[in-house]
Amino acid sequence: MVIARRFGATQPVSQLWLVLAIAMVRFYMEKGTHKGLYKSIQKTLKFFQTFALLEIVHCLIGIVPTSVIVAGVQVSSRIFMVWLITHSIKPIQNEESVVLFLVAWTVTEITRYSFYTFSLLDHLPYFIKWARYNFFIILYPVGVAGELLTIYAALPYVKKTGMFSIRLPNKYNVSFDYYYFLLITMASYIPLFPQLYFHMLRQRRKVLHGEVIVEKDD
Amino acid sequence: MKHYEVEILDAKTREKLCFLDKVEPHATIAEIKNLFTKTHPQWYPAHQSLCLDPKGKSLKDEDVLQKLPVGTTATLYFRDLGAQISWVTVFLTEYAGPLFIYLLFYFRVPFIYSHKYDFTSSRHTVVHLACICHSFHYIKRLLETLFVHRFSHGTMPLRNIFKNCTYYWGFAAWMAYYINHPLYTPPTYGAQQVKLALAIFVICQLGNFSIHMALRDLRPAGSKTRKIPYPSKNPFTWLFLLVSCPNYTYEVGSWIGFAIMTQCLPVALFSLVGFTQVTIWAKGKHRSYLKEFQDYPPLRMPIIPFLL
Repeated sequence: MVIARRFGATQPVSQLWLVLAIAMVRFYMEKGTHKGLYKSIQKTLKFFQTFALLEIVHCLIGIVPTSVIVAGVQVSSRIFMVWLITHSIKPIQNEESVVLFLVAWTVTEITRYSFYTFSLLDHLPYFIKWARYNFFIILYPVGVAGELLTIYAALPYVKKTGMFSIRLPNKYNVSFDYYYFLLITMASYIPLFPQLYFHMLRQRRKVLHGEVIVEKDD
Repeated sequence: MKHYEVEILDAKTREKLCFLDKVEPHATIAEIKNLFTKTHPQWYPAHQSLCLDPKGKSLKDEDVLQKLPVGTTATLYFRDLGAQISWVTVFLTEYAGPLFIYLLFYFRVPFIYSHKYDFTSSRHTVVHLACICHSFHYIKRLLETLFVHRFSHGTMPLRNIFKNCTYYWGFAAWMAYYINHPLYTPPTYGAQQVKLALAIFVICQLGNFSIHMALRDLRPAGSKTRKIPYPSKNPFTWLFLLVSCPNYTYEVGSWIGFAIMTQCLPVALFSLVGFTQVTIWAKGKHRSYLKEFQDYPPLRMPIIPFLL
């Protein structure tokens, strides 16, 4: 019963990302360009990423073995990118860097959720496990590069329009500058990204390394 | 007199670290820790956690060897608590920071605001009043740390000082920046709002101090005893009838008063974050009171009368 419940939670999510991946490939095959790609998939993307808040619930109730904090950071950064950057700053939607992180996210999520789904069915093909613990080596840096380049491209528009910012003087004696907030966000990737990356590398060594030793004994 | 033998093992590796023979039966854990330090000088007593069980709760310094559930050969497990720093040092550092930092903004030291405002003075009375209140608050805290508080623990982990100072100093700078800004907007309801807020602030400061004195008087100097606090002749202590930790209640009240006085959103946010933290502490304290004392007054809530 527990397995069926867990399966029900992970299966739809991998299918959602597969749908998104197919939509992206089809668009590129039809149009031959990435321009307008974001616009065509944006509703689906927003739906999935907001739906991804469920991730945190999954971690809390133990369906998915990731820690709540790691999942929280991951989901927050995704929601930040989708809603506060690409949705709100229209001029950067056709940047190449957007495709970069969309591809990275899509491939990562399909791999990750297939891994969870097959694990729950106790029928995990070695390829899925291999993919889950090796793809990230390229995908993480690619995704981060895409995100950082997109935020960087957005900076001039943010500065010019003064969007999402509060200036002095005002009744509540507070101010907020979205431009500097974005700079600080970009800087925060420096301590955060290596931690997540090395965590995954350590997981990889534990899981795949252990596997190799057993095979040698056989 | 029968002597005890004490062996100390590492809680993680079970390696034998130390063997003490001819230990007096009425020796305390503190004395055993001192003996342990002689053989391992890098671990002074505050670094050490000794337990009867590798995963168990730390034994207290006052516990007597004879009274523990051990045979004449006692096995204790050692855990390294890491670099420690005294509570007094942490409190003094984390309180001195905001006092000093706020004044930097109040006097409009160069490179904070635009250069034409260097060393100028605000034309709003409330800004001067706010500086007096903020400074008074932290001077009071420093004096209480030196002369009033009686701490049950001597030390805490070293990393706490970085965490705590970042919090206190960071928020102090953030609040001070807006209150002392040349473009500061005084409260909407003017002098009335400021007077009311000042009254709340002063009452809560007096209340907080009264509670600190009452708690100090519960505990004789140098001891670590714990007793149920009760209201005294001082009206500010009557809050003990309704609340386990009225010092926290008054503290939150002071900051709410300060927020109303300055009508500054960062101050309100600081009050909210502070309230969350002291509520967690108050609930913990309330729970320990309930566990330790069977006759604990049932009407009392942890921090807010009847509610929380």
